[in-house]
Amino acid sequence: MQSKFNRISKVTNAAFFLFFTITSLICLAPLVFVASISLSSERSIQDLGYSMIPRVFSVEAYVFLSQQSAIILRALMVSAGVTVFGTLLGAILTTSIGYAISRPGYKLRGFLTWVVFIPMVFNGGLVSTYYINSNLLGLRDSFLALVLPLAVSSFNVVVAKTFFKSTIPESLIESAKLDGAGQIAIYARIALPLSLPVIAAISLFLSFSYWNDWFQSMLYIDDAKKLSLQALLTQIMANVDYLAKNAATMGISSSQLARSMPKEGARMAIAALIVIPIACAYPFFQKYFISGLTVGAVKG
Amino acid sequence: MAKKKRKRFLWPADDAELSLLALPAFLWYVLFAYLPMFGIVIAFKNFKIKGNFITSIISSEWAGFANFRFLFSSADAGLAVRNTLGYNAIFIILGTALPVGFALMISQLHSSRAKKVFQTAMFMPYFLSWVVISAVVWAFLSYDHGLFNTLAESLGFSRSNWYMKKEYWPFILVFLNVWKNLGYGMVVYLAAIAGVDQAFYEAAVIDGATPWQQTWKITLPSIKTVIVLMFILSMGRVFYSDFGLFYQVPRDSNSLFTVTNTIDVMVYKSLKSATVGMASASALFQSVAGCVTILSANFLVRKVDPESAMI
Repeated sequence: MQSKFNRISKVTNAAFFLFFTITSLICLAPLVFVASISLSSERSIQDLGYSMIPRVFSVEAYVFLSQQSAIILRALMVSAGVTVFGTLLGAILTTSIGYAISRPGYKLRGFLTWVVFIPMVFNGGLVSTYYINSNLLGLRDSFLALVLPLAVSSFNVVVAKTFFKSTIPESLIESAKLDGAGQIAIYARIALPLSLPVIAAISLFLSFSYWNDWFQSMLYIDDAKKLSLQALLTQIMANVDYLAKNAATMGISSSQLARSMPKEGARMAIAALIVIPIACAYPFFQKYFISGLTVGAVKG
Repeated sequence: MAKKKRKRFLWPADDAELSLLALPAFLWYVLFAYLPMFGIVIAFKNFKIKGNFITSIISSEWAGFANFRFLFSSADAGLAVRNTLGYNAIFIILGTALPVGFALMISQLHSSRAKKVFQTAMFMPYFLSWVVISAVVWAFLSYDHGLFNTLAESLGFSRSNWYMKKEYWPFILVFLNVWKNLGYGMVVYLAAIAGVDQAFYEAAVIDGATPWQQTWKITLPSIKTVIVLMFILSMGRVFYSDFGLFYQVPRDSNSLFTVTNTIDVMVYKSLKSATVGMASASALFQSVAGCVTILSANFLVRKVDPESAMI
């Protein structure tokens, strides 16, 4: 972008290149580290500690996890299900209200804009939210507790509204109206198809926040069968025998498991299960993510 | 239902349909954003669970400001506020200076492919959850197998119990926070740098300006508004802290309490230990202080750049 007018010298360029190579390695090191530990044999970890490159290569941690599919597969399904369902729901809620408040002549526009805006500056705080969700709305130990509270964020609504307002030509909407289309039809058949980039960005924000969420589980989920991968990792980080203990409730002999289990590797293998989809997906979706961030930064 | 019918008679069809579109999200806002705002009344109650939330609120006695007196007389609260503000001060300074500096540097690289690769790599930590990061940190710091202890031992030092040494943790926490959010900041500043008019640089080169001078005299002044905005916006959140960073990463270690206890950690812990009065009072304090700072930040944004203000 700086083209030929503003070039730094070859030496500086090389120095910067080296600097960013190191910084990038620091940013990527955790991935390598997690992968390497999950692929090390339990013996080598016990004897030599964690290392950046597996000393004795082994897939025993993954074999173990696949044997524990009652727990792991379930957690994976919870994470995936919550992510897919939540993203879908969130994208629909966000774009529908975003479209409504982007229409200039709409009577409730001012009111709804305030409804969206106020939570950006004030919130009920954790305690009251916790009691409302778990007690009044009955979300305790329900999958809905993982989905609903994260579905809408005012930031996303503003991003959607800004996009609708700035990119959908008013004339297009007017002509659709002349052809007899109602606002719902215009939203579904014109606004949404024309807004794929912003829908992609919002869906990405949502799916990352669902996939990466552990806090909702920590607050509302006690039932071991409803733990997501992140929540499972939290439990295992706190107590390495968690898998062995809970296996008993799922019909597996726990003492036998506790003996044979590659404890250290299993932890990191779960972390790897969480990270692999992200690491594979985000380089491709990065561009939508960035476009969403920059739309959000400019208010319309 | 009745309300919707009336709308149809009085309103143009357009407005009725738009209201129908907005209705699901509106209900979401009522349940998940506005109900909790009314729920803060429990901060002024001696809250005891009796039946559901509403009956509990009604049956609990009024406590006036007792919960707040209790909160502000406790040493933990002062510590939490001090930690939250202190860490945020450092996060804001480093979280502005480093991404700006890195963005300026990376935009100078000759190869645009290298720019892309580096940027992608540095964005990676932003997509990791604190739980995963906590596992990674554990792999470095654990007493038995941690990389640091293994290295220290092979170099002839003794093992140390990192999760009990609070003198290191402010640095670890600051490093992790900067590391995780660097990529995000760079994205914003790179977008701003890309938006600078190339004609300025052409003119500067003709006048014989070095790249260094161009950076100071053209690029920085051009992206100044964005920097100020990001700075002020983060000022608006000084009473909030990243719960995962301060709770998950230090593994809730008691020895680290004095350096990891922030307002969010305090609220969560008192909620879990069922000292609801204290928890709700501190949550309300955080919401109100947060609201005041966000609104003041917004006021400042209006002064700098009215276009970017939230209201």
